[in-house]
Amino acid sequence: MTNVTSSLLLAVILLNFFILGTSRLGACIRVVALQGALLSLLPLFLYGVNIHSLLLSAGALLLKGWIIPWLLFRAIRQVKIRREIEPRIGYITSLMLGALTTAIAFIFADRLPLQPEHMQSLFIPAALSTLAAGFLMLITRRKAITQVLGYLIFENGIFIFGVLLTEAMPLMVETGVLLDLLVAIFVMGIVMNHINREYSSINTEHLCLLKE
Amino acid sequence: MIPFCASLILLLLSGLSAIPGRRGSSFWDRLSLVLGMAGVLLGLGATIFALLEPRPPALSLPWSGGAVFSLRLDGLAAVFLLPAFLLGGCGLLYGTGYLPHAGQPGRSTWIRTFYPLLLAGIALLLVADNGLVFLIGWEIMAMAGYLLVVSERDRDEVQQAGLIYLAATHAATLVLLGMFALLGEEACLTALPAAGSLNVATVPFAQAVFLLALFGFGCKAGIMPLHIWLPGAHAAAPSHVSALMSGIMIKTGIYGILRITSFFQVPPPWWGWLILTLGVASGIIGVAFAIAQHDIKRLLAYHSIENIGIILIGAGCALLGRSFDLPAIATLGMAGALLHVINHGLFKGLLFLSAGSVIHATGTRRMTAYGGLIRQMPLTALFFLGGAIAICGLPPLNGFVSEWLVYLGLFQAGLPPTGPLLAMLLAIPALAMIGGLALLCFAKVFGLSFLGTARTKRDTIHEAPPSMLAAMGVLLAACLWIGLAPLTVLPLLSRGTSQWLGQTALSEPLLTALAPAEYISGAAMLLMLCLALLVLAVRRGGKKAIPRTETWGCGYRNPLPRAQYSTSSFAEMIMHLFNWNLRTRFHREDANGIFPNKASFHSHTPDTVLDNFLLPVAFALAGFATRLRRTIHQGIIGIYLLYTALTLCVFLFLSIFFSR
Repeated sequence: MTNVTSSLLLAVILLNFFILGTSRLGACIRVVALQGALLSLLPLFLYGVNIHSLLLSAGALLLKGWIIPWLLFRAIRQVKIRREIEPRIGYITSLMLGALTTAIAFIFADRLPLQPEHMQSLFIPAALSTLAAGFLMLITRRKAITQVLGYLIFENGIFIFGVLLTEAMPLMVETGVLLDLLVAIFVMGIVMNHINREYSSINTEHLCLLKE
Repeated sequence: MIPFCASLILLLLSGLSAIPGRRGSSFWDRLSLVLGMAGVLLGLGATIFALLEPRPPALSLPWSGGAVFSLRLDGLAAVFLLPAFLLGGCGLLYGTGYLPHAGQPGRSTWIRTFYPLLLAGIALLLVADNGLVFLIGWEIMAMAGYLLVVSERDRDEVQQAGLIYLAATHAATLVLLGMFALLGEEACLTALPAAGSLNVATVPFAQAVFLLALFGFGCKAGIMPLHIWLPGAHAAAPSHVSALMSGIMIKTGIYGILRITSFFQVPPPWWGWLILTLGVASGIIGVAFAIAQHDIKRLLAYHSIENIGIILIGAGCALLGRSFDLPAIATLGMAGALLHVINHGLFKGLLFLSAGSVIHATGTRRMTAYGGLIRQMPLTALFFLGGAIAICGLPPLNGFVSEWLVYLGLFQAGLPPTGPLLAMLLAIPALAMIGGLALLCFAKVFGLSFLGTARTKRDTIHEAPPSMLAAMGVLLAACLWIGLAPLTVLPLLSRGTSQWLGQTALSEPLLTALAPAEYISGAAMLLMLCLALLVLAVRRGGKKAIPRTETWGCGYRNPLPRAQYSTSSFAEMIMHLFNWNLRTRFHREDANGIFPNKASFHSHTPDTVLDNFLLPVAFALAGFATRLRRTIHQGIIGIYLLYTALTLCVFLFLSIFFSR
């Protein structure tokens, strides 16, 4: 089982790099959906098949693999964009930064005072590097849609942490988190539409005018 | 304690019952006055009965969270409570005439709502027996004080004064929170330590407690570098509110300092020296600033700082006596300080109320607009003169008695065998100088306001209504009583002093032996008699009509009222002497040549600490903060997220660093 989860987590980390390095929005959304779907399998492999993990997996798969990507595709169809043209930091640089943060995450996870059963697993470094990749997306991209994607990746990182705690955390909390995510994406889609209508683009920099 | 609590509740009800009268109904207004007066009288009665009992009455009710609502009315609190209730009652009475309800119902209701609340807050904190109750009373007092200061809030200067007051009072509260926390859980939640029960060596943060208390309470009391809020707030508030604030509210700071120092059996000598030095500095610089003022209420406010200085000289003397185990010095110093607390409450209240009558009649606070008021307002002039004599420390009024006690305490240090306290004798010339400067200042105020000829023509000047005169009369009578019969207040002072010293036996025999008050009575009576004879003789002999003309006419044929001495010119010499501290700005154009141009002379004295130091520093800080915000606050969401990420990283690394 450790093998399967490890390869799943490795795949997640690789997908982080793909997202950081690509400019095509459609591909990005698909990859984020794939990442979510992969992650939704984690509880099953980690805790075996029981009602708790089954419900969690099914819910996560439904939301992250299907509903949210569908919402996002609808949004980019409405605002008619295909590419993130001008990120604040170039793709190569953000890839390098992603590699750097992943390396730091691995080193850092080694030094954390963890439970013995999590000591050697890939969970903590994967979670940290996914969080960092999400943060990088949020910081470096200008378009609202890519920022939403960054937010989703960030949430995936938190989800990996959450899986470790599944036994300690009641199902309600997990469900609540997933529902929050759905609502957040829904609201962001609407907000994006409005930004697009006001400024004829979804560059968040126009929102700077609103400061103070 | 039950009647005392009832009086607090009556005061609260008095405040609440004023609210329905805001549309101009005079029924609620009268009800509020009656309730307030009932509360004040009940409080006075409860305090006096508490003094008659051998053990101080106490009340302790269980409260939430392990805390106790505990009150104790001991001798030290009673010394502060008596003038508080007396002046509070006079202020309530005065307020009915000062701001007639029919004229401005809204503003009048505002003051009538918060005035009893301020009094109730003061009374609560004075009887509080643990830190929690004390701070609750303290905050009620602070907030009610703020709301009263801004009662004329449509003027900019009032808003600014209120803001500075609020900042100062909350800085004090913050420091006091820390002080009580250092004093320990029992002092905060259950009961304050008994007097003399703590030892400086064994209490972990004794020195810090003293310094924090000195800062926090010093802010409220207006000790010299911490006095920034005082002149503005006193000038901005309505007069009877200024009277209560200056007479009683700032004394709660003194009460706090005395209460905290009383806990320690043998305070270190430097506490006493520090308080003595601060007292001398506050006294001299306070009165020098007072001389330089043109606004009558700002002037009186600076005199409050001076009198706080005198009280602190007495308290420092007492602390030093306690440190070196010299009971005579400690008793006399503390008795002088406590009596000056009472006296300053009475005569400063009287002065603010009579200044209020003048402002009420003339509509301005600038003394350059007054002149010759004694003809239109003879009774107000008499009351002001009484207060002025008392504040200058002249017999036969009460200010003399308390300064005399402080002098006696200081002179004790010079008696053989002279100990380490010989340097304390240096405070004597300082105290004498304070008295002399105060005399100069009040010669200026009285001469410019009530004597001479009117500088601006006013036909509407009238004597104050009877309610205001009655309030001032009560205060003057109290001043005269203490001045003529100081023997009657010695028992009260000895209760307070022995409470502060932590003695079970009363120090009254010692106090009466050290302070031969009966001679003071005799001398004061004699002086009054001489004065009466003099007045009689002048009346009898004054058949010849005395020609009246402008004061200081300088031999000109047609002197103008404007050519009289002004506030600036009267005080010019002393302002030059003290210019190293006052930093007065003079604007002077002399009359030169055969056909001189227009000549003028005026001066402006900003507050050194506030206007020359604190405000520039605050503005520089605000400018720096604005520039910093422009740099880091750019409105780009990505940058904000970067800040968040960096903060998270820092915390992660810190957690690793410290977990090992």
